Amino acid sequence: MDLEFDDKMPIYLQIMDRIKMDIATEKLKANDKLPSVREMATKLKVNPNTLQRAYQELERFGIVYTQRGMGTFVGERENMIDDLKQEMAKEVMDSFILRMKRLGFTEQEIIESISKNIIEVKQHV
Amino acid sequence: MYNILKAENLCKSYFNKKALRGANLTIQQGKIVGLLGPNGSGKTTFLKIAAGILHPSSGKLLIDGQEPGVYTKSIVSYLPDTEYFLKWMKIKDAIQYFKDFYADFDEKKAAELLEFMKLDTNSSVKSLSKGMKEKLKLTLVLSRKAKLYILDEPLGGVDPTAREKILDAIINNFSENSSMIITTHLVNDIERIFDDVAFISDGEIVLQGNAEELRLSKNQSIDELYREVFQ
Repeated sequence: MDLEFDDKMPIYLQIMDRIKMDIATEKLKANDKLPSVREMATKLKVNPNTLQRAYQELERFGIVYTQRGMGTFVGERENMIDDLKQEMAKEVMDSFILRMKRLGFTEQEIIESISKNIIEVKQHV
Repeated sequence: MYNILKAENLCKSYFNKKALRGANLTIQQGKIVGLLGPNGSGKTTFLKIAAGILHPSSGKLLIDGQEPGVYTKSIVSYLPDTEYFLKWMKIKDAIQYFKDFYADFDEKKAAELLEFMKLDTNSSVKSLSKGMKEKLKLTLVLSRKAKLYILDEPLGGVDPTAREKILDAIINNFSENSSMIITTHLVNDIERIFDDVAFISDGEIVLQGNAEELRLSKNQSIDELYREVFQ
């Protein structure tokens, strides 16, 4: 897992987001083992306590589970992938809409510009 | 949470120059604390008092509940910002020196770290580059099973690849039962390994807090915050 950090934001939140993203896109699947705190800390060059915190928070939200002496694993809750996708999509859209509004677009204009851009993007992909 | 180090109203004067003017700082067990400040802000003086090399003029500093002395030196592993190797030494002599000096020196760990740092025990110390000397100093200091590690400018004058190696060694060898205090002015390279940061300016701690909470509340990196505090 490679990760470019934005040091303006708490590092543990960025690590959590990255793991959630990997689960939502099924790079990580239910019951996959996550790297140990130490391994991941060395790889990302962050404090082991920061990783511990990211894992703990993910566990609190039921996204991962820990087995004593075994490690941390991706949870297998039903609908988790969909839930994570919805959650992340909402974040993307909220920030998009907020920024469009700041630029002075009305709601109708935002919807229109999305429809227009979707067609343009489709031609490129 | 247990505090391994506690400094209260710590002052130190050199004749009429005041290096520390009532510095307050606590370090919890299991934490890595960044002591950040420009040259001449009092960082090294603070660390030297903690290492038991200097006496405070007033105020107090306790390590594991005791004033710096024989006991605290046995649980503090100190990396000074100066060079202390003797000219005739080979790396293996420096290792032997540390082994003789400190009961908590772990030879096995030293061998692992030397390999990790790609240092040859038969090299003569005076032939080492600046980066290699820093790597050797860090190897010696991290090979002790100390409760508190004090690293004064471990990245000073070291090129970026050696810097990465040094950071890796610090992260790999840090144990949750110990604590670390690291001074630097290269904040950007190292800010992600700090639990807490303390900004020292003109002999006083002007800001101290959890690095993640500071990022969240200030919406800034620690590096940016540093530049703002010391502009």
